[in-house]
Amino acid sequence: MLNQKDLERQTMASKKESTFINMFLTLFLVTFIASAALGYIYEITKEPIAISKMAKQNNAIMQVVPEYNNEPGNESYKIAIDGDSIQFFPAKKDGVLVGTAISTFTNKGFGGNVRLMVGLLPDGTINNIAVLEHKETPGLGDKMDKKKSPWSIQFNGKNPADFKLIVKKDGGDVDAITASTISSRAFCDAVNRAYKAYMEGGQK
Amino acid sequence: MNQLKNFTKGFFKENPVLVLLLGMCPTLGVSTSAINGLGMGLATTFVLTMSNLVVSSVKSQIPDKVRIPAFIVIIASFVTIVELVMQAYIPALFEQLGLFIPLIVVNCIVLGRAEAFASKNNVLSSVIDGLGMGLGFAMALTILGGVREMLGNGSFFGMKFIAGDGILVFVLAPGAFLALAYLIVLVNKINKKTA
Repeated sequence: MLNQKDLERQTMASKKESTFINMFLTLFLVTFIASAALGYIYEITKEPIAISKMAKQNNAIMQVVPEYNNEPGNESYKIAIDGDSIQFFPAKKDGVLVGTAISTFTNKGFGGNVRLMVGLLPDGTINNIAVLEHKETPGLGDKMDKKKSPWSIQFNGKNPADFKLIVKKDGGDVDAITASTISSRAFCDAVNRAYKAYMEGGQK
Repeated sequence: MNQLKNFTKGFFKENPVLVLLLGMCPTLGVSTSAINGLGMGLATTFVLTMSNLVVSSVKSQIPDKVRIPAFIVIIASFVTIVELVMQAYIPALFEQLGLFIPLIVVNCIVLGRAEAFASKNNVLSSVIDGLGMGLGFAMALTILGGVREMLGNGSFFGMKFIAGDGILVFVLAPGAFLALAYLIVLVNKINKKTA
């Protein structure tokens, strides 16, 4: 909104000639006003954006771990793995760990990256899994999301120590989504990564 | 120029998607449901109207040789504003459209109208042109999204009217081409009659 007012103030004179100084000044002014306007908008929207991101994260944590009364977002810690990082959110009730929400990822999805929030109980049993972000095919691979299909419920209550996180086609224990073996493999890969990271030092 | 005609030309006679065949990438990409199409269409309408307004009011101040970079900076600023505001206040829609919002910058409709219309006409005509073109784009995307959602998912604006899945191919990319082709045929038929 800022720039149009500033620019309208300039008089509507005849077309400016394309001399070096004119071109330089015009581009300088246009970019200067644009960046000032964007800086202003950024400042206004910074807080709502942070709040909505936080709400989304808290919502996902709440879905995947048992009832808690601490602030997992404030006690989170990260572990670098496979060129990215996994974030842990310990959920505690009255100071006792009841579960850990783990923000994990895989890049083996049919549409690229898939991010999950995996909730593990203290002994490593999967409590629940929520999909944070994916680009899988609508109607096929997107069934990994609980909003679309109850497919991912099969993981609940399973402990990866004796439940092989590999689709049945590859010799594991997971029923793949029909016609979406790649998406199912990616899902297992992400869960597996969370479990491994948790077992190899994510427990605190 | 008759302003009413100027406004309505974006809907049928010069509909950017169905007649001029501009902006095919967001059209095919986001029209998986009616609500996505509408959201994308309205975001583009805002950018188009504002960029037409600014471009037409500063057109005499911009030397010819640097007009394209100047226009693009103006357009990109409005797109970034839309992106930030959407992310802050309607995060659910932002997540759905995600990648396609920043891509409005390179939507040929926006630069096309700035270059072909706003840089040659006065402010009022340009704003009306931007509104008409933008709403025409939104209309095309909403109809296309609605058709694909109904056939592919059995729902309309998220409300399900048949149980189970629809004809899946319509939600996927090939379905977008099919549905778009039939829409273009339809609009061409209407335009021929009225011409």
